[in-house]
Amino acid sequence: MSSNQHSGSTAGELEVVNGFENPGLPEHKPRITDVEPAAEKVAERQIAAWFLLSMVGTIWFIVSYFLFPLDGQIGSVRMQNTMLGIGLTVALFSIGIGIILWAKTLITDAEVSEDRHSIPGSEEDQAIAIEIFNQAKNESGIARRPLIRNMLIAAVAIAPLPAILVLRDLGPLPGNKMFETLWGPGVRLCKDTGGVPSVETPIKASDVTIGSAFHVIPEGMNKSEDPLNEKAKAAVLLMRVDPEQLNTKPERESWQVDGIVAYSKICTHVGCPVALYEHQTHHLLCPCHQSTFDVTNHCKVIFGPAKRPLPQLPIKVDSDGYLVAQRDFTEPVGPSFWEVHTRETESR
Amino acid sequence: MALLVLLLMGLMLTGGAYALFTTSSTAKAEEYSASDIDGGKKLFVSNCATCHGAGAQGTPNGPSLIGVGASAVDFQVGTGRMPLQASGPQAPVKKAQFSDDQIKQLSAYVASLGPGPSIPDSEYLDASKGDAAAGGGLFRTNCAMCHNVVGAGGALTRGKYAPNLQQVSEKHLYEAMQTGPQNMPIFNDANLTPEQKRDVISYVRTVSETPSPGGFKLGALGPVAEGLFVWFFGLAAVIGITVWLTARSK
Repeated sequence: MSSNQHSGSTAGELEVVNGFENPGLPEHKPRITDVEPAAEKVAERQIAAWFLLSMVGTIWFIVSYFLFPLDGQIGSVRMQNTMLGIGLTVALFSIGIGIILWAKTLITDAEVSEDRHSIPGSEEDQAIAIEIFNQAKNESGIARRPLIRNMLIAAVAIAPLPAILVLRDLGPLPGNKMFETLWGPGVRLCKDTGGVPSVETPIKASDVTIGSAFHVIPEGMNKSEDPLNEKAKAAVLLMRVDPEQLNTKPERESWQVDGIVAYSKICTHVGCPVALYEHQTHHLLCPCHQSTFDVTNHCKVIFGPAKRPLPQLPIKVDSDGYLVAQRDFTEPVGPSFWEVHTRETESR
Repeated sequence: MALLVLLLMGLMLTGGAYALFTTSSTAKAEEYSASDIDGGKKLFVSNCATCHGAGAQGTPNGPSLIGVGASAVDFQVGTGRMPLQASGPQAPVKKAQFSDDQIKQLSAYVASLGPGPSIPDSEYLDASKGDAAAGGGLFRTNCAMCHNVVGAGGALTRGKYAPNLQQVSEKHLYEAMQTGPQNMPIFNDANLTPEQKRDVISYVRTVSETPSPGGFKLGALGPVAEGLFVWFFGLAAVIGITVWLTARSK
């Protein structure tokens, strides 16, 4: 509440604790602008120069608006934006620098300290507050009428229930969505054109030469209700590896066609598309967190944060020579979740 | 102190403007004579046979070249990747070690060993005839995960990398898709038709030649490079201004 000016090394009235003395405020040293009128003049001119520069920036903004018109080309947008930006930066930045310089060199620099007031209110104020509280208690009769009091507590307690109920609208529950994709018996593997144009070309087994990698979507995906969501689950990478290099589990012997294997492209870590295929090392790398899968060993994880191998899509050749799925994936694709092992995905 | 910080800030703010120019070259389809094949064989035996074997059948140090086609030779030798300068995770691009005629002879010799992809027809190398929008869809699906969405390149496993595509000639882009050099998968004509390969080339040309409306691209490498820039230069500027702001005037 009290404010006092220091101009020397005087300190507050504090007790000496543990032998340390309060060093107080450092000695006040006058600035060069305080003692030399010439320096003061220079500082004044500097500050004025900054404000003048700001004006130049403002004028440059206005001039360059007309000097660099937009002609519909992206280059002219870039040029105009750059010039306007330079003008505006100089205009605003210089005002700021000028003000700060003013404060640092010319405005008085005397140190001022202000003591904190105490946190509790005065005894008088406390007594008044207690009186108001008691008065409210007596006048409302909340202590004398337990029925009303208890009903009020109950009413307030259940009032938030509607808010919880409407959380239901976040649903419906996913059901089997996490366990099913568009793949099923006889669904043809088609080339993914990236959506421009959205034609679906089925892939012949003979087209997949050794060392090839095809990015695959299920036939009919573009006609499904929600193609992008379906693609996010059903995207597959098709590769042909020399059959001698593949270590195939006995139960998966029939899932490939002469070294052609199909694996889910959705990383089992957080669902990025794993598609960086190295055809000599047979490593599949996820670009997000560097999880690396070994295609020759059922895409088991050999590096990185992923915990499960990429699910394999069982494929075969149909009577026309096209590659088709035998069934849906046998396990959920993408990141693991609590129920990931609770259900066997069903063959449709 | 404040002076030092000011000096640093001044240095930081004097960033230069940056413009990107790309050059491109065109290619023509080649036909080989018997003398080309003979000349190529001599070059092969003296320069390549140490690793690939006297008959190009391959050795433990280098793969067989039978059936890789003229296209693979034109790419590997034309971009300077072969002859290999040192064994390592990946053959880097360097100055081409042979003249165009010698490359043609080597291609002729390797093409004579077995059928393989030939050097692309110039019709499919003309980026102006391609559909850059369709090429963009194909590029984002088939190429962008390794080569970056605008072809700026990126890292692979264990020291390997996908190179920057923006300065690569149309012919070498086509040949790389066709033959799958090193660890790149092969995109045969059933996967990407010659017209689709031309669309991809057209996309790469378009994105590398379009000026960036946002100014300095920082190599178009994406959020990591941009975050690092802001971390070092943006935070340094904030700290610098703060130090100057609170420093006592003399």
